[in-house]
Amino acid sequence: MSTSQSQASLSALADRWLPKLVLSPTLLISLVFVYGFIAWTGWLSLTESRLLPQMDLAGLIQYQALFENDRWWTAVTNLGIFGGLFIGCTLAVGLFLAVLLDQKIRAEGTLRTIYLYPMALSFIVTGTAWKWMLNPDMGLQKVINDWGFPDFTFDWLVDPDKAIYTVVIAGVWQSSGFVMALFLAGLRGIDDSIIKAAQVDGASLPVIYWRIIIPSLRPVFFSVLLILSHIAIKSFDLVMALTGGGPGTASDVPAIFMYQFAFTRGQLGLGAASAMMMLMTIVAVLVPLMYMETRSAKRG
Amino acid sequence: MAKHLTPGRIVLYAALLLMAIYYLLPLYVMLSTSVKTLDDIRGGNLIALPQSITFDAWSKAWSSACTGVECGGMKGFFWNSVKMAVPSVLISTLIGAVNGYVVSMWRFRGSDVLFTLLLVGCFIPFQVVLLPMARLLGELGIANTTSGLILVHVIYGLAFTTLFFRNFFVTIPDELVKAARIDGAGFWTIFFRILLPISGPIFMVCVIWQFTQIWNDFLFGVVFASGESQPITVALNNLVNTSTGVKEYNVDMAAAIIAALPTLFVYMVAGRYFVRGLTAGAVKG
Amino acid sequence: MAALSINNVCKTYANGTEVLKGIDIAIEDGQFLILVGPSGCGKSTLLNMIAGLDDISSGDIEIGGKRVNDLSPKDRDIAMVFQSYALYPSMSVRKNISFGLEIRKMPQGEIDATVERVAQMLQMTHLLDRKPSQLSGGQRQRVAMGRALARNPSIFLFDEPLSNLDAKLRVEMRTEIKLMHQRLKSTIVYVTHDQIEAMTLGDRIAVMKDGIVQQFGSPQDIYDNPANLFVASFIGSPSMNFIPAQVVESAGVLGVKICDDQGCVILPLPHAQDKMQPWLGREVIFGIRPEQITDARTAYRAGLPVMACHIDVIEPTGPDTLVFVSLNNTKVCCRTHPTEAKLPGHSMELVFDVSKAVLFDPATEQRIA
Repeated sequence: MSTSQSQASLSALADRWLPKLVLSPTLLISLVFVYGFIAWTGWLSLTESRLLPQMDLAGLIQYQALFENDRWWTAVTNLGIFGGLFIGCTLAVGLFLAVLLDQKIRAEGTLRTIYLYPMALSFIVTGTAWKWMLNPDMGLQKVINDWGFPDFTFDWLVDPDKAIYTVVIAGVWQSSGFVMALFLAGLRGIDDSIIKAAQVDGASLPVIYWRIIIPSLRPVFFSVLLILSHIAIKSFDLVMALTGGGPGTASDVPAIFMYQFAFTRGQLGLGAASAMMMLMTIVAVLVPLMYMETRSAKRG
Repeated sequence: MAKHLTPGRIVLYAALLLMAIYYLLPLYVMLSTSVKTLDDIRGGNLIALPQSITFDAWSKAWSSACTGVECGGMKGFFWNSVKMAVPSVLISTLIGAVNGYVVSMWRFRGSDVLFTLLLVGCFIPFQVVLLPMARLLGELGIANTTSGLILVHVIYGLAFTTLFFRNFFVTIPDELVKAARIDGAGFWTIFFRILLPISGPIFMVCVIWQFTQIWNDFLFGVVFASGESQPITVALNNLVNTSTGVKEYNVDMAAAIIAALPTLFVYMVAGRYFVRGLTAGAVKG
Repeated sequence: MAALSINNVCKTYANGTEVLKGIDIAIEDGQFLILVGPSGCGKSTLLNMIAGLDDISSGDIEIGGKRVNDLSPKDRDIAMVFQSYALYPSMSVRKNISFGLEIRKMPQGEIDATVERVAQMLQMTHLLDRKPSQLSGGQRQRVAMGRALARNPSIFLFDEPLSNLDAKLRVEMRTEIKLMHQRLKSTIVYVTHDQIEAMTLGDRIAVMKDGIVQQFGSPQDIYDNPANLFVASFIGSPSMNFIPAQVVESAGVLGVKICDDQGCVILPLPHAQDKMQPWLGREVIFGIRPEQITDARTAYRAGLPVMACHIDVIEPTGPDTLVFVSLNNTKVCCRTHPTEAKLPGHSMELVFDVSKAVLFDPATEQRIA
């Protein structure tokens, strides 16, 4: 009797503690490798560290150096241009495709597969492919020239003022299918009777889309914005593969700046400071978006 | 509803077709370039069909192209990526499954807060952990090794895998767990005998997502691996940006397709799980 | 089989929400206890606490005289049937029933015999090799009950087991559960929000609201003598009529004054004189069930107060016709014989059987008389 009772309480105890025990390694990992490492990087950004990490605090000198660094500002400006255009175009193309595909299209499955496959590719592959296509000597420019427009030039890839736009082109190509899939899922989730009610009320198809369907996709817009801005701020691979940040430093973005200063130029402190700036940018963009999303979710 | 081909519908299909061409063009260009000869590439144009098909570029890309100083092709790096991706995917998925089980079915005081804490890992820009991670891998003696990369991918994949399984398990009525507890099943019995048998689809979603992410990763690869242990994305970038010798575009393209094949293959055979993973990851909120 | 006693049980969540505020219920071995109340009243939480799926904040729960507060669910010797049935989706019906027995290390031969016995009892032998997804709602319900029966526990717990069934099946299964109880004489705790289920199934009913047992007693007692306005309104369908009325004296007898647009009548309440005395001249809530306002033919005795009322709406239900009138500006439902009911717009003589009428305090909603 006493053994069966102690066994009983033992199993009750196990059920009580096992879940916490099982979750704890992951929590520990998260605590060390996410929170701890962020703190470590933050600390490093406040030191004079160059090739080797130093742990003596030195105030904001790295941030000061960062803000006086022209290359950093190039990177930030490029991020602004790239981010804005990339998010805007991807959103527009994705929504456009989703609305088109929502018209009871034949071969919808095939088309969706075609639009979405770039998402399965590495940004490096995408960059490699577009780098070849945008090659001014042998790429698309030559195709157009051969078609009878010998004066046509399309040399953005090697034009310092235009190189960042090529990243937009490749980025939109890669991500718009994904946005299409999200919007399409949203469109399919809309209650059919709302649309029928609007049709009975005599609304035309464009009006129904513009006034009823697209506004009800609000939560999808938030998710898409969230994901795209996340991709934009972190973008590294695509730029590396497509332009390598060049010509010169013309298409640098913060992620490349961080990588080069921290890992190839041995400026740990400056690299850490730029990483912290990236984190803060993400927080500054994501937190309001998520706040608005939860608020609209509660209202809806 | 059978629709007739009105002018509006024709425009609609034309637009859809045009977009399809836009998405397919780079794939076509990669494929056709990879089977052209260099002369054909220089003489013809980008979108012209190859004059003759040759797989020389493919075999060179696979076994003898130069990525920096090495000239062993993509072969070794391809296997590096396999050796890196398979264990990372499996480990992170299994841990994520158990984690998701706990935070959905065995919620305790504070478990929601802990889950939110964990989720932050999905959002941080990884640049912010690169420096300490590089240092740690160095101290552990696994810098520039595949094991090091596996560790990194498992650690930073956990937030996503946990999220996937949690979002799946919350759709299962918790009465199921209650019933099993009353039947006398404990924590692990419930997990293995009740929940795992119905978790097939979410395993697919999670494995495919993780595989795509890890196979396609470049940042961790370029920072934490060098020389022989590099994953294929890094090697491809090195190959394309090698400035020595004649630029062999056909080899570049063949290498790019080789690097893309595994994820493309997964996309082709299990596309619907892939899309589900994308949308599930998207509505994380 | 075992008695169950719940002593001053409270449940407070971490955020301070009090879900249960001192529950006292005791039933004997073999009794059928119903926990009934609107959603959020705490009835399911209480059931989960009996099962051991929820922690007890304070108080004691005893099964068969043994305190079970700290026992895990599997050690309490209980079985439970859930609203969603909670059948294990990957297992066949046979496995679903035998799972709990296997875990308890019952010898395989005994398991087979038990499954067979239960399957025959519930007439589902032909379903044993199907998966839950291949079963209809009623069949799933049966399997869920079979799973509980196979365990032969000291207490059965039912958590709204019939709410997912359609109306016809619900009535069938209700009878079957009652039949099972009569045969097995098992102790049962049954949670429902449906007062008809509560009335038809229970030996004892605990009517709950806001984490408090409003009334605990036999079904008939709760129906005839509701402790307060809430219990009176919750039990019975159509619901009891609540008419705000003044207590007046007429010919030395206290009664309530009831008016419609044509005139007034005073209904004397001889059974409640003492308790009404302090309320003379004041407003009370007069509670009377629909079947206590009826036509002259249905009223079982003569000499009852009669009032001619203007009919607003009628609702024929088949066996009865519900007649709605307006008394003291309140909509009042009366149950009449179908052939006696007049058409809306007409006037009809209604007989008031006040012997079971009740009075409530309008402020506290507690019973006066």
